[in-house]
Amino acid sequence: MQTINLEAEGLRSMNAVLQAQAKDTNQTSWEIENPKGSHAIAVGLDAPIDVTVKGSTGYYCAGMNKQATIHIKGSAGPGVAENMMSGTVIVDGDASQYAGATGRGGLLVIKGNASSRCGISMKGIDIVVHGNIGHMSAFMAQSGNLVVCGDAGDALGDSIYEARLFVRGSVKSLGADCVEKEMRPEHIQILRDLLDKAGCDAKPEEFRRYGSARQLYTFKIDNAGSY
Amino acid sequence: MKDDKHAAIPRTIPVQSATFTQAVNAEIRRAAATGIYDIRGGGAKRRVPHFEDLLFLGASISRYPLEGYRERCETKVTLGTRYAKKPITLDIPVTIAGMSFGALSGPAKEALGRGASMAGTSTTTGDGGMTEEERGHSKTLVYQYLPSRYGMNPDDLRRCDAIEVVVGQGAKPGGGGMLLGQKISDRVAEMRNLPKGIDQRSACRHPDWTGPDDLEIKILELREITAWEKPIYVKIGGARPYFDTTLAVKAGADVVVLDGMQGGTAATQDVFIEHVGQPILACIREAVRALEDMGLHREVQLIVSGGIRNGADTAKALALGADAVAIGTAALIALGDNDPRFEAEYQALGTTAGAYDDWHEGRDPAGITTQDPELMARFDPIEGGRRLNNYLKVMTLEAQTIARACGKNHLHNLEPEDLCALTMEAAAMARIPLAGTSWYPGKPGSGY
Repeated sequence: MQTINLEAEGLRSMNAVLQAQAKDTNQTSWEIENPKGSHAIAVGLDAPIDVTVKGSTGYYCAGMNKQATIHIKGSAGPGVAENMMSGTVIVDGDASQYAGATGRGGLLVIKGNASSRCGISMKGIDIVVHGNIGHMSAFMAQSGNLVVCGDAGDALGDSIYEARLFVRGSVKSLGADCVEKEMRPEHIQILRDLLDKAGCDAKPEEFRRYGSARQLYTFKIDNAGSY
Repeated sequence: MKDDKHAAIPRTIPVQSATFTQAVNAEIRRAAATGIYDIRGGGAKRRVPHFEDLLFLGASISRYPLEGYRERCETKVTLGTRYAKKPITLDIPVTIAGMSFGALSGPAKEALGRGASMAGTSTTTGDGGMTEEERGHSKTLVYQYLPSRYGMNPDDLRRCDAIEVVVGQGAKPGGGGMLLGQKISDRVAEMRNLPKGIDQRSACRHPDWTGPDDLEIKILELREITAWEKPIYVKIGGARPYFDTTLAVKAGADVVVLDGMQGGTAATQDVFIEHVGQPILACIREAVRALEDMGLHREVQLIVSGGIRNGADTAKALALGADAVAIGTAALIALGDNDPRFEAEYQALGTTAGAYDDWHEGRDPAGITTQDPELMARFDPIEGGRRLNNYLKVMTLEAQTIARACGKNHLHNLEPEDLCALTMEAAAMARIPLAGTSWYPGKPGSGY
């Protein structure tokens, strides 16, 4: 286990060390002490290493992650795992706005609640939220899966493209062009796998699926009120 | 007899309304027939105060000129000197503005890279990510970081030479965009992670930050991911240039890119292009004032764009305080866009060479703003690159000619004092004295 005291070493030094790890490094286990809500912790990593952040983080923790598994032992500020390419990010507490924004791959697990715009413009990432999510989540979501074990706020999936949304609790309202869809066996299987990976014991059959009605895919004046 | 009498009465000549012009009426009829606003490419077509409303004074007894063909006039510019570990140095202060793959074909992007690299300047990606054609042929490539984040990935961030965070653009400050389904080929769809053939919306705001305080943190993240090596540009549309420049700089920008309303877009509502934003002439001095007020003029570089056409425009922009200019529409014309040799085909599309602006429809006879394989095949990227290089060289030579005539051994030594204005509007916007006077509207102490 390699330990970095962020307060003592500084952000640039810490990120430089983590970013310098080769794909075949044998220093695979790292611990970040004293994060104290700092921004841009463990961003741009590109190696199969495990990084544990011992506390809460500020903006963009694990941003653009590739391959690494980053475990936040606290809550995460805005934009956690934004534009993640691959790997896994786990937040033990809650996540602020834009969690997993524009993510392209990998798995983001939020064990608490996620604020507004969770999964905004997601492009292939899988996100599992054990609690609730805020308004405008999955706005313009392109692809990937968003699993919500609790409730969803207003305007879920507004202007959604091809992402799949699974919600176990209530949905306050659906956004433009987002509709409830049939939960077919293949969706149950996808959901079961994601819940299993995220360490969540909820039953897939308890969820409802939402996705695009595909009515706004081509601009039509008759739909102007929905844009 | 009755007809003869009638013929003898003098008749009024039919008069077209200056308000309801033929173009206005045609648009009303088109809107009534379709129910859809007009979407087009390009920038503002209306007449606005512009660089031709300024003149250089040149040298005489009170100013000493440089010999036109003998004495050096430097053109190099270095961008990103504030924070970046690896600032970029360009041979000429004319850069290629961001234009997306998707809006432009792959060969067109390649030609931009070839021409710019030959001329010693940079190209810029666009809304759609980085293509191999562009990276492979651009010695210096600026990677745009846009609200849509189409094609965005950390590997491309690391292999670019500078990063441009796009907050807005001159054609549509405050607006997003849309790439219509006609141009969504398999390749464009894959790069943007969306189904083929559907309209692709580009958001007007970034998905993971909302204001200047957030932008500062976003820039920190980008710097951390790229080891603080890359210059970070922030691009703004010509809306409130003093405040937007101030906020961009306070957020940590190395370079501010300021785009006036004449700057082009691939596709936006005509009403947006023509009625939102300010001409670039009205924006430059305000941006420079912001930089001066912070004591950072020249330390944070300013690139301006929107209707730059030749070396005179370049020289005037630099004289007003910019460090470099960017061209988009002019570069496309240099490649062959709107060329009269395609007139018959423009006519078939219901337009004419010089006026063709339906770039979003993907039917460009020149093969530049299209993803149609047959049309793309018409365009030769090697020849296009050669033409762009020629054009950039001419722009540079023209700017040098003017600078030498003003006694300046570097384009950056041009200054407002070298200029006069031909109109009251230009004088007021550029804060340059009206020709034949030492006065401009709003001059401190002038009482006006």
